Amino acid sequence: MNLILKVWRQKDARDKGRLETYEARNISEHMSFLEMLDVVNEQLVGEGVDPIHFDHDCREGICGTCSLVINGSPHGHQKATTTCQLHMRHFKDGETIYIEPFRAKAFPVIKDLVVDRSAFDRIMQAGGFVSVNTGGVPDANAIPIPKEDADKAMDAAACIGCGACVAACKNASAMLFVGAKVSQFAHLPQGKVEREKRARAMVSQMDSEGFGNCTNYYECEAVCPKEIKVEVIAKMNREYFRAATTKI
Amino acid sequence: MKLDAKTPSGPIADKWEKHKFDMKLVNPANKRKYKAIVVGSGLAGGSAAASLAELGYNVDCFCFQDSPRRAHSIAAQGGINAAKNYQNDGDSVYRLFYDTVKGGDFRSREANVHRLAEVSVNIIDQCVAQGVPFAREYGGLLSNRSFGGAQVSRTFYARGQTGQQLLLGAYSALSRQVGLGNVKMYPRTEMLDVVLVDGHAKGIVVRNLATGKVSSHAADAVVLATGGYGNVFYLSTNAMACNVTAAFRAYKKGAAFANPCYTQIHPTCIPVSGDYQSKLTLMSESLRNDGRIWVPKAEGEKRAAGDIPEAERDYYLERKYPSFGNLAPRDISSRSAKEVCDEGRGVGDTGFGVYLDFADAIGRLGEPVIRERYGNLFDMYERITGENPYKTPMRIYPASHYTMGGLWVDYNLESNIPGLFVIGEANFSDHGANRLGASALMQGLADGYFVLPYTIGDYFARVGAKNIQPDGAEFKEVEKAVEERTRKMLSINGSRSVDSFHKELGKIMWENCGMGRNKQGLEKALQEIPALRERFWKDVKVLGDNSEMNLSLENAGRVADFLEFGEMMCLDALDREESCGAHFREEYQTEEGEALRNDKKYSYVAAWEYQGNDKRPALHKENLEFEFVKLATRSYK
Repeated sequence: MNLILKVWRQKDARDKGRLETYEARNISEHMSFLEMLDVVNEQLVGEGVDPIHFDHDCREGICGTCSLVINGSPHGHQKATTTCQLHMRHFKDGETIYIEPFRAKAFPVIKDLVVDRSAFDRIMQAGGFVSVNTGGVPDANAIPIPKEDADKAMDAAACIGCGACVAACKNASAMLFVGAKVSQFAHLPQGKVEREKRARAMVSQMDSEGFGNCTNYYECEAVCPKEIKVEVIAKMNREYFRAATTKI
Repeated sequence: MKLDAKTPSGPIADKWEKHKFDMKLVNPANKRKYKAIVVGSGLAGGSAAASLAELGYNVDCFCFQDSPRRAHSIAAQGGINAAKNYQNDGDSVYRLFYDTVKGGDFRSREANVHRLAEVSVNIIDQCVAQGVPFAREYGGLLSNRSFGGAQVSRTFYARGQTGQQLLLGAYSALSRQVGLGNVKMYPRTEMLDVVLVDGHAKGIVVRNLATGKVSSHAADAVVLATGGYGNVFYLSTNAMACNVTAAFRAYKKGAAFANPCYTQIHPTCIPVSGDYQSKLTLMSESLRNDGRIWVPKAEGEKRAAGDIPEAERDYYLERKYPSFGNLAPRDISSRSAKEVCDEGRGVGDTGFGVYLDFADAIGRLGEPVIRERYGNLFDMYERITGENPYKTPMRIYPASHYTMGGLWVDYNLESNIPGLFVIGEANFSDHGANRLGASALMQGLADGYFVLPYTIGDYFARVGAKNIQPDGAEFKEVEKAVEERTRKMLSINGSRSVDSFHKELGKIMWENCGMGRNKQGLEKALQEIPALRERFWKDVKVLGDNSEMNLSLENAGRVADFLEFGEMMCLDALDREESCGAHFREEYQTEEGEALRNDKKYSYVAAWEYQGNDKRPALHKENLEFEFVKLATRSYK
């Protein structure tokens, strides 16, 4: 198939940026979206044009590096799918595709479609952990954990930290991302020890990075490639409320 | 060069305990005087950086990804082994040790492997304490599954995302130390060379991938946790940016590179569908617990899988290896798949595929159970191929996945360059000629949490804190060389893209140094690779400049190193005139087509030493002694 691409090009953070038009020719329906961009980039290099810069790495939907807003939707319109796992069989011959970066105040553009998501790391550094050092821990089976709790923790822990939730949200809220981590630990006995401290620290860091708050549009859940549910936001709010009313 | 493995004496089960006592310690108050550089933030690097910082050392940690959480350990699916014997099925540290030595086809170092099995149990405890949500039974205790090459259930897992959960555990420990100011994290920063001061590794030169800025960093020791080199084949299950550069730069500074020809081809990956393909996707080996592998008995079969009657199917693994069946080790399963496809019995459009069929398991257990066990893998398969594996069998084919070879290290995980430690997939020591499933996660975390933090302390205590600054002549010289190389790549302005060279190299490697190797093919590859390398340096086209984010430039540096490294891999494969584990020399096989080892001649680690550009590296041999496990022909029949 042949496609028209409208791609966001921006030299660096200071550049204003603009949409450029490229043609993608002879695209196989079995290609992934990023393989389609590889083909376009090979073509651009041949023409002496700087290739389109985009983040990607594992290309199997787990590392969370790939991003892109495709036709207005982070990771495209295919449900529960990262951009690297999106295949061209979902597009039509002759279609025009708009490709833009994840946009949020807290995710500044580095170049073209590459954005800086280090704000997520700083939120994790503030409290996304259980404070145990290596060694000296009890036997793994010493504390039984109900399967239901372990499964709920795992549902939340599946977050890949890609930032699609932020890119989809009108408020650029990171509450699905933060809620996923808070929720994972809140379901586990190991995480409950410092739950109040964690909720406060992570929420406070989230606010200071410039992310907005949730106003219940649930766009985040709709685009999340790992289908993290908005109930993690409710869980985080409960944890935060609990922390606010607990002396620590 | 003298290769001293520094293996402690005494009974195998006491070596590590004894060694831990014999090693020197750094007083808690003095630890803050030492700094370690850790390159890589995967399971090995992330766990090491966190553990060293917890002990009180200063740590600088570098990764080329935009966040340490994205290292490729994250993609491991199936699980992590540990000799917990929670299933009461006869597991023990000794059995895990034995299975690993045997699985590696008797080409690993016994003492290292035993230590790995010993600390495996601590890893699970550690991860649970960090809040890693392993799968559990209704009684609240941990669940296990089986993996290839073992007859006990010792694999712990978190759905099909075990690597992700373990890495996020290590990342959480690392993040805590970054937050506390004990680790300085440098994301989007790639190591381009190592710096030696008075023969010891005391720093690195890096490039900031967002700005292009080259800078030097100094420390008391350098730890490489930079993963494997599977991308030498271009197509592999590795992430796109995985590369050999850090390890290869260390090799060029004098570190020996061991057993580069031991590369694991994983039997269960989604087959190649076209020339544009950029990577191959693994389907976890755990699927072989419930899936049955088969091809049609007849050549050139054109019917759909469901229309082929039972009597006309060949469940070849069950037929050839009745006691291990579909759970035969990876090397054996991969070769068997290649064999049946070479016979013309492969399936799919290309004929390079075999069926992995869940119909029996779904009939026996019901679809919900299979969905619970493998749902995310089935979904991923459907996203990529557009086929529903609950209804039609998966098609799979082997692909490059893991590399057992790596920088040579002694028992302390220190290379032959003092102060240069190598951990995780980047070193060579524990898996011999073939790695068993669910052992990579185990080794990465064993090295980072429980081995390196002890052995690096011994090095620090012996040499003392040097407080080296990154502005000496040694650093400036390396920086200059790095910048010179970059300038050269940008100035060629030829006609071919970097990727086109990588693809061509990958094809040479896959055809001649892949699942089956022979003298003629390897000699051909040894002609073709230097010629390709010469063309690269004359005709590669790298656009843009060095003062900005430049993906083609990054890639060009990595491919340039692969173009040299591939040659060493072929040399090693040519030198080893035997078949062992994943290294299958077609000239050396039994009448039944199994790997034929030659223990008398090749029971050694082949460690290659750099002798200069375009010169044949020197081969050094570390003889492998098997005191505890009796050398035997592997049998999984």
